[in-house]
Amino acid sequence: MITLQNISKTFDTAGGPLHAVSYASLHIQQGDIYGLIGFSGAGKSTLLRTINLLERPDEGSVIVEGQDLTKLSVRELRKKRLSIGMIFQHFNLLNNLNVYDNVSFPLEIAKVSKAERKQRIENCLEMVGLLDKAKAFPAKLSGGQKQRVAIARALANNPKILLCDEPTSSVDPQTTGSILAALQEINRKLGITIVIVTHEMNVINAICNKVAVMEQGQIVEKFDLREKNIVPQSNIAQFLFKNEIVLAGEREVQYA
Amino acid sequence: MLDNVIYAWPELVQALIETFYMLILTIPIAVAIGTPLGTILFLTRPDSFLKWPKFYLILNGVVNLVRSFPFLILMIAIIPFTRLLVGTALGSTAATIPMIINAIPYFARFIEQILLDVNRGVVDAAESMGANKLQIVWKVLYTEARSGIANAITIVTVSFLSYSTVAGLVGGGGIGDFAIRYGYYRYQTDVMFVTIIIMVLFVQAFQFTGNFIVRKLDKRL
Ligand SMILES: Nc1ncnc2c1ncn2[C@@H]1O[C@H](COP(=O)(O)OP(=O)(O)OP(=O)(O)O)[C@@H](O)[C@H]1O
Ligand SMILES: [Mg+2]
Repeated sequence: MITLQNISKTFDTAGGPLHAVSYASLHIQQGDIYGLIGFSGAGKSTLLRTINLLERPDEGSVIVEGQDLTKLSVRELRKKRLSIGMIFQHFNLLNNLNVYDNVSFPLEIAKVSKAERKQRIENCLEMVGLLDKAKAFPAKLSGGQKQRVAIARALANNPKILLCDEPTSSVDPQTTGSILAALQEINRKLGITIVIVTHEMNVINAICNKVAVMEQGQIVEKFDLREKNIVPQSNIAQFLFKNEIVLAGEREVQYA
Repeated sequence: MLDNVIYAWPELVQALIETFYMLILTIPIAVAIGTPLGTILFLTRPDSFLKWPKFYLILNGVVNLVRSFPFLILMIAIIPFTRLLVGTALGSTAATIPMIINAIPYFARFIEQILLDVNRGVVDAAESMGANKLQIVWKVLYTEARSGIANAITIVTVSFLSYSTVAGLVGGGGIGDFAIRYGYYRYQTDVMFVTIIIMVLFVQAFQFTGNFIVRKLDKRL
């Protein structure tokens, strides 16, 4: 479904070149809920954003459904993006549009007729349980509701893939549950492949079937979570799988 | 005392009409040209969508150049140009030429700044949905910026009500011209007083209407 081959991305910053992602390779299969975990600055978002080429890698290829996206023309790429939905930590809804119009936005981009738009918008809002909020503006919604609107918007064009960049990082734990449940349902019912970036092991444990651990721009380890005996090798993976909150002082001891 | 005011009243009304005439020409033209200009400034900024650094450098320089002219000086300096356009350098129509020239870059800067304040995440989201640049500008940036744009129009209108009075100094008519004749040459304090009250009321009315529209357009809170 998605194959990332030797992806590298370097940013020019005031302090010199910054290797955000170095030679990362990943294979994601149809129907996976694939987690990307790591600490802040590990390069998770950058790697995720190469999948729809929001971030164009300096090196490597991004193959989605057999097509190398880095070789597409701008126009072809825009067309391809219709089948790859994306949601974000801060929801990124249009604040001056109501819920209905927010979900309508990607359909207008895709030039879907008005009658069909109505149908699709209502379906998508129903799926995330927000049909009754169609006329509300984002500012009047809770964080969890905003994220579900964002999910509805991402699903409007019937994508095959949904990219999620820390979708639960700005909501409380209970709301996290409702968002993850919505994602799982989408994966099961619609067969949409999901890639989810997070720094919380809870999120991985809750819905992912596979996970890649990132550190300093590199993928250090990958796991298939359906396997019985998972033996993390790297320090960071051992730390993450221990899944305990440890105070910073102790952490250095643990994670030396 | 009221005699003076009654005597001057028809001229005051005439002056107000001229002032409004100047504003009605200046503001829509400044908005119509300043908005795309400001958008282009925003789009061509060094870390923005279009990578045209030289173009930005030139456009930015021109905008700064025009903006650095004090209004009265601009007005006098472009008299030949004004004559060429409207056939004369006198009268309200002629006065609008420097007003427009001054207002365009002023408004463009406002637009550039307002667009900079639009959350980049929303642009990311639109891009991830396959939107092209035109759609991003039209459907995302302008939608999110619309209350800011309404606010900028209000500010520019109030500023140019003030600038239009300078036009009175060089035969542009309007409320400034009226003030010079009655307040300065004839020293009729009562007439000046009434004039000031009227202007204050107009500014309040513009600001009130502007704020009302801004609130209607802004759904962020
Ligand atoms: N557009 C950019 N320009 C310059 N540097 C960037 C840019 N985007 C990311 N970086 C840098 O690249 C590194 C990786 O960033 P990235 O956002 O991918 O990390 P992350 O793992 O998603 O972290 P977080 O958990 O904080 O979101 C960071 O050091 C970041 O500062
Ligand atoms: Mg990130």
